[in-house]
Amino acid sequence: MDIQVNNLSKIYDSRAAVDNISFEVKTGEILGFLGPNGAGKTTTMKILSCYMAPNIGSVSIGGHNILETPEAVKQHIGYLPENNPLYHEMPVLEFLGFVAELQGVPKTQIPHRLKEIVRMCGLNREKHKKIGELSKGYKQRVGLAQALIHDPQILILDEPTTGLDPNQIVEIRNLIKEIGKEKTVILSTHILPEVEATCDRILIINQGKIVADGTPETLRNAGQGEEILKVQILGPSLNDAFEPLLKIKGMTSVDPIEGEGRYQLIGKGGMATREAVFRLCVDKGWVLTELTPIETRLEDIFRELTLN
Amino acid sequence: MHNIWILAKRELQTFFDSLIAYILLIAFLGITGFFTWILGSDIFLIGQVTLQPFFQVAFWTLFFFIPALTMRMIAEEKKTGTLESLLTRAVNDWQVVIGKYLACLMLIGLTLAATIPFYLVMSWLGPMDHGAAFCGYLGLMLLSSAYISIGIFASGLTNNQIVAFLLSLFIGFTFLLLFDIIATSVSGVLGSLIHFLSFSAHFESISRGVIDSRDVIFFVSLTFLGLILAEMQLVKRNVVG
Repeated sequence: MDIQVNNLSKIYDSRAAVDNISFEVKTGEILGFLGPNGAGKTTTMKILSCYMAPNIGSVSIGGHNILETPEAVKQHIGYLPENNPLYHEMPVLEFLGFVAELQGVPKTQIPHRLKEIVRMCGLNREKHKKIGELSKGYKQRVGLAQALIHDPQILILDEPTTGLDPNQIVEIRNLIKEIGKEKTVILSTHILPEVEATCDRILIINQGKIVADGTPETLRNAGQGEEILKVQILGPSLNDAFEPLLKIKGMTSVDPIEGEGRYQLIGKGGMATREAVFRLCVDKGWVLTELTPIETRLEDIFRELTLN
Repeated sequence: MHNIWILAKRELQTFFDSLIAYILLIAFLGITGFFTWILGSDIFLIGQVTLQPFFQVAFWTLFFFIPALTMRMIAEEKKTGTLESLLTRAVNDWQVVIGKYLACLMLIGLTLAATIPFYLVMSWLGPMDHGAAFCGYLGLMLLSSAYISIGIFASGLTNNQIVAFLLSLFIGFTFLLLFDIIATSVSGVLGSLIHFLSFSAHFESISRGVIDSRDVIFFVSLTFLGLILAEMQLVKRNVVG
């Protein structure tokens, strides 16, 4: 099922939390939603999950308009809200059974589904405990389990990995990737490496508007257009090497860094710069022992786009 | 319909898991039993087999117990955020409200059913007006139904359970006493209108054994009004957020 969002706006007390955004998510795509706090991520997710109606605009999921046929759409959505709200007085299995029943899983299949989801989310040891007694990480797993129990076509996860330890984070990411092969997943997060590790596409929103949309690679390329190179050149002294390096076309700065003959170069040329550095060394008879292109980090792009 | 039943079942289960149901049952049986069988005006003193004193006490006990049941229904879910996950499942707002209402009504029904031994013992003791007994129970159920829907509405107004409790107590108090008191000092059409809105007038006539369609309609329409208002509270999230 695909999701189409057209000109969506949501206004709180005359302030637009979501301001005329449009995007599309295709089946089998994992979309990462990035943005600073209060950018409108959660509001958008609340609208997509049919919790709130937008002021303007429309959302259609699998061809159904969510305002016209919310019930038909809701069955296909698994939603993990922000802060992972759960009924703390209920035992895990009972809660998941309740959710499965509500989401329309046929009664005969519920025991089988429960077994499967408990295994998938690693809840076997805790399944008879009351949810309120679980640790934060296990609560988060229950939150994921309740979103997945009815095998939804669309998964909307608001910060799915908060409160998990590093091992669990890897597990959950793999789980999301696995699910994302056939289903449509939208997840929001603050953790940038997480987006890179899991998402096919990134949407950065700031102050209710989409400021970037693309794969992690395209975003990186569009980010600055600059390339950082780390090189180690043995032979010349700092003074001898500095001038020729800076004269390379497109080179904007040359900084000596820690280590013998090591420099950080910033340039605009891409491949041409790397080639020029190599040729320079060959011409001068220097020994080039290191030439590492350092990628522009996603954090920088994020900050560049969202700092006002 | 199926969804309503799933929701109601869970709410009912929660009442029993959280001991609220047991406390209600024990306290209700204790209080009504004490006033019906032991305290001064009991049937042995009057020398008459009647459930009237029981109905009166039950009426007042429910006045305090029902807000205690309904206060958490929506307020707690709002506070913990579970309302969001509930409303994003394959249910609509109506089903949620009605499920909660039915759970409370079933618990009250169960509590009242637990007092049937009172009735059985009395009919063993002497000649019993079975019709009046039936009407008394019917009246209590109708009254509870209206009061529960008011309680759920009050619970939907806030995310604080205490506020919800006090609100429904206040609304109940208005219907139970205030309208009665005001009606005595206001004459004419307005006076009879206010009197018509009073719970006690309607309840008394039913519990005396007279089923007047006006009384039934009064409680049923009040129930619907409460439920509609409660549902409107849920819909409000679209406007306010």
